Amino acid sequence: MATYTIKEAKAAPVGTKGPIHWMKHNLFPDVKNSLLTLVGLYLLYLTVPPFLNWMIFDATWSGTQDEITKGGARWIFISEKFDQFMYGFYPEELHWRPNLVLILTVAFLFSFKIFANVKIKAALILSYPVISFILISGGWLGLETVETEKWGGLMLTLVVAAVGIIASFPIGIVLALGRQSDMPIVKTLCVGFIEFIRGVPLITILFMASVVLPLFFSDGIDFDKLLRALIGITLFQAAYIAEVVRGGLQAIPKGQYEAAESLGLSYWQGMILIILPQALKISIPNLVGSFISLFKDTTLVLIIGLFDILAMVTLTNSDTNWLGYEVEGYVFVTLIYWVVCFTMSQYSKAIERKFNTEH
Amino acid sequence: MSEQEIMISMKDVNKWYGDFHVLKDVNLDIKKGEKVVICGPSGSGKSTTIRCLNHLEKFQQGNININGTELIDDVKVVRHIRAQVGMVFQHFNLFPHLSVLENLVLAPTWVHKVPRKEAIKKAMYYLERVKIADQADKYPNQLSGGQQQRVAIARCLCINPEIMLFDEPTSALDPEMVSEVLDVMVELADEGITMICVTHEMGFAKKVADRVIFMDAGQVIEENEPNEFFDNPQSDRLKLFLEQILSH
Repeated sequence: MATYTIKEAKAAPVGTKGPIHWMKHNLFPDVKNSLLTLVGLYLLYLTVPPFLNWMIFDATWSGTQDEITKGGARWIFISEKFDQFMYGFYPEELHWRPNLVLILTVAFLFSFKIFANVKIKAALILSYPVISFILISGGWLGLETVETEKWGGLMLTLVVAAVGIIASFPIGIVLALGRQSDMPIVKTLCVGFIEFIRGVPLITILFMASVVLPLFFSDGIDFDKLLRALIGITLFQAAYIAEVVRGGLQAIPKGQYEAAESLGLSYWQGMILIILPQALKISIPNLVGSFISLFKDTTLVLIIGLFDILAMVTLTNSDTNWLGYEVEGYVFVTLIYWVVCFTMSQYSKAIERKFNTEH
Repeated sequence: MSEQEIMISMKDVNKWYGDFHVLKDVNLDIKKGEKVVICGPSGSGKSTTIRCLNHLEKFQQGNININGTELIDDVKVVRHIRAQVGMVFQHFNLFPHLSVLENLVLAPTWVHKVPRKEAIKKAMYYLERVKIADQADKYPNQLSGGQQQRVAIARCLCINPEIMLFDEPTSALDPEMVSEVLDVMVELADEGITMICVTHEMGFAKKVADRVIFMDAGQVIEENEPNEFFDNPQSDRLKLFLEQILSH
C-alpha cells in the first residue's frame, strides 16, 4: 500500500512568458519561419505606408477644390456632401428629427439595461418604433410630413435595417415554432413559406414587392415604395431568422421540454419562459451574423429606386462640380459599414457574456 | 383492498411505440400515502409506466385515473393532473438559465398564480428542507449533481403535489452523492406523500417501500411487500434479476 501527500501548486518555469519569448517562439523558431516572417514584414512595408499616406498624411482635409495640392485623398468631398450621405434629400431644416431618433435609440438601449421591470421594458419596446416613426415621417403632432421619396443616405440604410431586424425577429420565432409544431397544417405552411423564401434571391423579392404586389391592389391604392421594400425585406429576413432559431430550439435537451410540461406550464409558458430564452441565447452569434448580413443587403433597395448610403456615392458623383470623387466616397461608405457592423458584433458579444450562466 | 382512498389507478394500460408493444395490460392501484418502488431490467417499461401517469407519454388503450380524474388527452385535464403530480428526473432537468430560487418560484407563480412573495417564501422553506438554502442565488450548473437533484425535488414540492414520481433519481449521480438524495427522499416518505419511485436502490426500497413491483418486457411480473419481495421471490425472472443486482 502507498499513500501520497497533497502537493503545493508551483509557479510556472521562468522564460516561458513575455513578448521576447513570444516572438522567439512564434516568429523566429527556425530558418523557414524566420524567412516567412521577413517576407511578411516586407509586404506590410510595401502596402501599409502608402495606404496611410493616401488616407491621412497626404490627404486634403479642408479648404476648396482649388487648394488641392497633395496627391492623397480629397476628404473635402465628403464634408461637402456629408448631409446627402447622411440624410439623402431629407429637408435640411428637419435634420434634427432623425438625429433625435438616433439619440433616442442609444438612450433606449441603455435604459433597457437599467430597468429590470418587465413592464417598463415592454413599454420601451412597444413605444420605440412608434416614436421613431412619428419623428422621422411626421404628419402628426404638428410635425411636417416628409415623404419617403426624400429619405435617403445612411438614415435610409438604418431605417431599412432596423425595421427589417425588429419586425422579422418575432415573425421568425413564430415560424420556427410553427415548423416544429405537431399540427400538420401549421407545420406545412411554415415549412412552405421558409423554403420558398430561402429559395429566392432578395433582389427577386424586392422586385416582386415593388412590381408584382401593386398588381394585386385595385387602382388608386398607392402603396408606398419604401413600405413595400420593408415588407419584402422583413419576410425575407424572417425566413432566415426562423432557421437560425430552429437550430437553437433543436439544441435544447428534451428534458427541458419535459420538465416544463411536468410542472404544468402551458405550451406558450414553457416556450416563452423556458425554451426560447435558452434557444435564443445559443442562437445569438448566428442571429447577429444574420442581422449583419441583412444590414449589408439593405443596399439592394437601390434597384427599386431608393437611395441608400451606397447609392448616394453614385448620385453625388453626378454633380458636375464634383466629378471623379468615387474613391473617396466608397472608402468613406466602407468605413461606415464597417463601424456599424463591428459595433453590432461587439454588442452581441456583450449580450452573450451577460447571459452566460455556465460559470 | 382496504378502505383507504385510491390515488392512482391504472387499468389494462397498453402502449405501443410504432409496432413495439411497450406496456402490456398494466394494472396498478396505489393508495393515498403509499410508497411504491418499481424495478426491473432496462427496457422493461418501468419509466414509461410512470411517465404515462403525468401524460409525458400517451397510451393507446386502457384507463388511468389520478385522484379521481380520468386521464384523457385533453389540454385542460392534463394540466389539472400535472398540477397535482410532481416528477423528478434522472438528469434533474433544472432550468440552466434561471437561478435555483427562480427554478422553484416559476411554476407556483405562473401555473398556480401564487403571489411572488409567497412563492419565494415557500421556495426558501423547501430549499431549507433539502438543506441547500445557501445556494438559492446560484445557477444550476454551479452545483454538484446531488445538489441539483435536491433542488429538483424542492422544485416539485413547491407545487404542493399529491403524488411524487421519481424516475431513476440517483442513477446519474456520482456514488458519493447518492445518499444525500436518498436521505431527502426517505424524509419525504415519512411525511405521507404518495410516492412512486423507479430505482435500483434496493436499500431504499427495503427501508421505505410499502410495495415493490417488478416489471419485465412491459408487464408487471411480481409485486409484494419488500421483505417478501427480496427474501422470497416467486418468479424465476425476478430470482435471476435479484441475483444479478445483488451479487456485486
